[in-house]
Amino acid sequence: MSKPVLATTSLAGCFGCHMSLLDIDDRILDLIELVEFNKSPIDDIKTFTKQCDIGLIEGGCCNSENVHVLKDFRKHCNILISLGECAIMGGLPAMRNGIPIKECLREAYLTGPSVTANTEHIIPNDPELPMMLDKVYPCQEIVKIDYYLPGCPPRADLIWETLVALIKGTEINLPYEVIKFD
Amino acid sequence: MSEKINFIIDGKECQSEEGKYLVDAAKENGIYIPTLCNYEGLKPKGSCRICTVKINGRFATACTSPVHDGMNIENETEELKDMRKQIIELLFVSGNHFCPACEKSGNCELQALAYRFKMMAPRFPFAFPNKEIDASHPKIIKDQNRCILCKRCIRGIKDEEGKSYFAYQNRGKDSLVVVDRKLAAEMTAEKAQQAMDICPVGSIIVREKGWDTPIGDRKYDKAPIGSDIENN
Amino acid sequence: MKTSISNIIDRYGNDPVRLMDILLDIQDEIGYIPEEINQKIADQVGISKAELVETVSFYHFFSDKPLGKYTVYLNNSVTAEMMGREKVKQTFEEEAGVTFGNVSSDGLIGLFDTSCIGMCDQEPAAIINGVVFNNLTPFRVKEIVNSMREGEAITEMFKQNYGDGNNSSELVKAVVSNNLRRKGPVIWDPYTPGEGLQKAVSMDPSQLIEEIKNSNLRGRGGAGFPTGLKWEFCTKAKETERYIFCNADEGEPGTFKDRVILTELPKMVFEGMAIAAYAVGAKQGVLYVRYEYKYLKKHLENALEELRKERLLGKNIAGKKGFDFDIRIQYGAGAYVCGEESALIESAEGKRGEPRDRPPFPVDKGYLGKPTIVNNVETLAKVTKILKNGSEWFNTLGTKESTGTKLMSISGDCRYPGVYEIEWGHSIYDILEMVGAEDVQAVQVGGPSGTLIGPNQLPRSLGYEDLGTGGALIIFSESRDLLKEVVMNYTEFFIEESCGSCSTCRNMPVLLRDKLQKILDGHGVVQDIDDLLEWSKTLKISRCGLGHTAANPIVTSILNFRHLYEKRVLRDREFETGFNLADSVRESCEAAGRTANI
Repeated sequence: MSKPVLATTSLAGCFGCHMSLLDIDDRILDLIELVEFNKSPIDDIKTFTKQCDIGLIEGGCCNSENVHVLKDFRKHCNILISLGECAIMGGLPAMRNGIPIKECLREAYLTGPSVTANTEHIIPNDPELPMMLDKVYPCQEIVKIDYYLPGCPPRADLIWETLVALIKGTEINLPYEVIKFD
Repeated sequence: MSEKINFIIDGKECQSEEGKYLVDAAKENGIYIPTLCNYEGLKPKGSCRICTVKINGRFATACTSPVHDGMNIENETEELKDMRKQIIELLFVSGNHFCPACEKSGNCELQALAYRFKMMAPRFPFAFPNKEIDASHPKIIKDQNRCILCKRCIRGIKDEEGKSYFAYQNRGKDSLVVVDRKLAAEMTAEKAQQAMDICPVGSIIVREKGWDTPIGDRKYDKAPIGSDIENN
Repeated sequence: MKTSISNIIDRYGNDPVRLMDILLDIQDEIGYIPEEINQKIADQVGISKAELVETVSFYHFFSDKPLGKYTVYLNNSVTAEMMGREKVKQTFEEEAGVTFGNVSSDGLIGLFDTSCIGMCDQEPAAIINGVVFNNLTPFRVKEIVNSMREGEAITEMFKQNYGDGNNSSELVKAVVSNNLRRKGPVIWDPYTPGEGLQKAVSMDPSQLIEEIKNSNLRGRGGAGFPTGLKWEFCTKAKETERYIFCNADEGEPGTFKDRVILTELPKMVFEGMAIAAYAVGAKQGVLYVRYEYKYLKKHLENALEELRKERLLGKNIAGKKGFDFDIRIQYGAGAYVCGEESALIESAEGKRGEPRDRPPFPVDKGYLGKPTIVNNVETLAKVTKILKNGSEWFNTLGTKESTGTKLMSISGDCRYPGVYEIEWGHSIYDILEMVGAEDVQAVQVGGPSGTLIGPNQLPRSLGYEDLGTGGALIIFSESRDLLKEVVMNYTEFFIEESCGSCSTCRNMPVLLRDKLQKILDGHGVVQDIDDLLEWSKTLKISRCGLGHTAANPIVTSILNFRHLYEKRVLRDREFETGFNLADSVRESCEAAGRTANI
């Protein structure tokens, strides 16, 4: 029987959740025995090559590309898991959410105290660039999410235990210490 | 002199003094009823509703209900637990609670309750309201993003004449807890610390105060809120 | 400035308990409550400025900004919408050159929305500078705004007769109509002031309470608590300094019967208060009247003055030595929640109208911490009649569990909206026939906090056995979009009127509204309907009735009109958030000057 297939991505996140995934230490060798990675920064596969069993999403959606990737994951993954504060609650990127996007862009590119090099006074508008969303959306406000693993980052043990339980179909035991929002 | 009375919580026989608030009477009996707006020594307000129990079949807040002989109280039912969890989720989505960026993280009662009730993600959509950070006072910062409007500061932080440093403003969804400019200008460092301590979340922060306890050593890092009562 | 601020505060003995009166007078004097005088007011009454702002910012009609030389408060209740509010609103905006929520740049006209003003049988209606304008049309609005531009006095703008009954009296001079469609046997039984009170003082207080208990009179505000029992509880309170409150804060949208009683028979109400005072040994009464009825001020004060002259108020009243009782009038400033008795008391003490936790109940610790009875206007009027005609007579009317009559406020799609006094026990069907309603799709019984019922429930009868009510019936014909026009409006109402104290009532109605909007926008799924029902349950653990009932429009419409929801939800999927990429990138693309490429 073929191994379950795992895909991961980081949207509007800092890759801290992926770091935490690596933080399972030598269990990473067990993980490779247990699953096969598909689209993921871990193996650097850029596009889905097959339907996956589990997708791990780090980060919320702050731009159009995030939305496309998230929807692509929903399409290609049977189970989708939000990994970490940003995916679940928007996290630090969402601290801009109370402020209208126009104001954010103006301050970031035109009027902010650290703006010195933008001599042409433009807000980046190359058609190749993703378009900014009006606010940062937690993943569940765009597609259906099956499980949530909170934390900033989620503790390595939490990620490991969850993956093992899902793959093996066993009960999950989550001690109090592993579910944290920071 | 208060007389001893008997009452039942979730089938367990309990004893306390007539007229004591149910939250405290339960505590004496090793039973934790979750609270948020309640604070020892302050007149209870019953505004967060999280301590809601059923007394003889009717909803009531345990922080404001005096206990009487023969009361039958439901506390840990699935219905009540889910309602409490909903309240925590409501408070999360209606404010901007970015735990990783908050000085109170690990010592925050809202967060601790979310851990206790295993809130993995709120069931409600986030409002992401536009709230202000009032940093105009010499001793404290009032961050409205994190305020859960429990009124602990309003009730607890007063000057010698009994005037409140904090007050409620507006109503309904636009409600805010604001600071009295004149009184805050005279606020002592000690009072400022009291205000920060009385705040269950990170909405009142003493100026120039950052994170001071390592992760792992904070109040709610290792054991759930309320477990000290239950293990007593 | 005619009167100085400190004189106004002095007038009320620098007493923070009288803060509502102080603020109302200041607002009358200046037109608003300027931020810069807050510290001065606070210092003079001995509270912090922040505490003062607690009260000022709570009430809809207090403002810290100028509201315009002419201030229009246009009612936004369902019946107003049904009778053409939208066009009236548009015309106001076009003619005044300013949108709602703002004051025109020349400071002449301010336009504001306001919750039900108790004129549902004569909508669209507005309060302009304290004066009621009813039956508004775009044509009338143009005339009114023109008159404003010409600087006319507000009372010169009517161009219509004053209303019927006391509405046209010298002290009222209002265009408001009573629309009294049916005079029943209790309230409109002939009335001579003093008859009831005379009978009362001929009894022992305990006999008197027994008489009220025997009548089986229950509170007519909506909750239906037995009146005699409430009085008896009050007599059992330890403290002997006691108060009688009359609740004239009728804010439930669709209710306006207390306005008609206060217009036509204020003395009957005051006499009822005196009878209650005799029963429990109170010396002071307070009539708490909603701000919207302030146009009755002189009329009500005159009624009090006449009663004093007739020795039915004051010292040794009704010929009884040692029976002293007088009444003051307390106006609110725009807050539905103040109709809740403990919130009403808080407000009368100069504070935010936030309900108190119970116990203690007001009969134990009410106004100023003293035992207090709070009864509705209609209840107290009935007390007077029960004393006059006897409890046995009262028991012959109505049904076994619901004795006597009920004043109904009827509005919406019917030929004869207005006030009807009927005996309890009539079916809704009877009433619809009585008021000339056809093609009925739904009836809102008891206002937004009540129940939305459909045609299959018309045989249900009015009474505490079945449909207990404060008396509002709003009728919706087949042509109405119940979810969009009715349920949404009522849900918005509860959001606007929440005091904000409970975490549940402050936040949940907003989420319910958003979810209803999602369904109306065509993004709903079946799960959303179930979520509405499930989430609503948590409102039941709020402190007061407002919170408990805030989801009633949604819940009762789902229970009785689920098909209307089902019709609007998507059937081809189980999950839908309603997220729309094109909408969410629009602003940023505009800012960057690029075309959105979805």
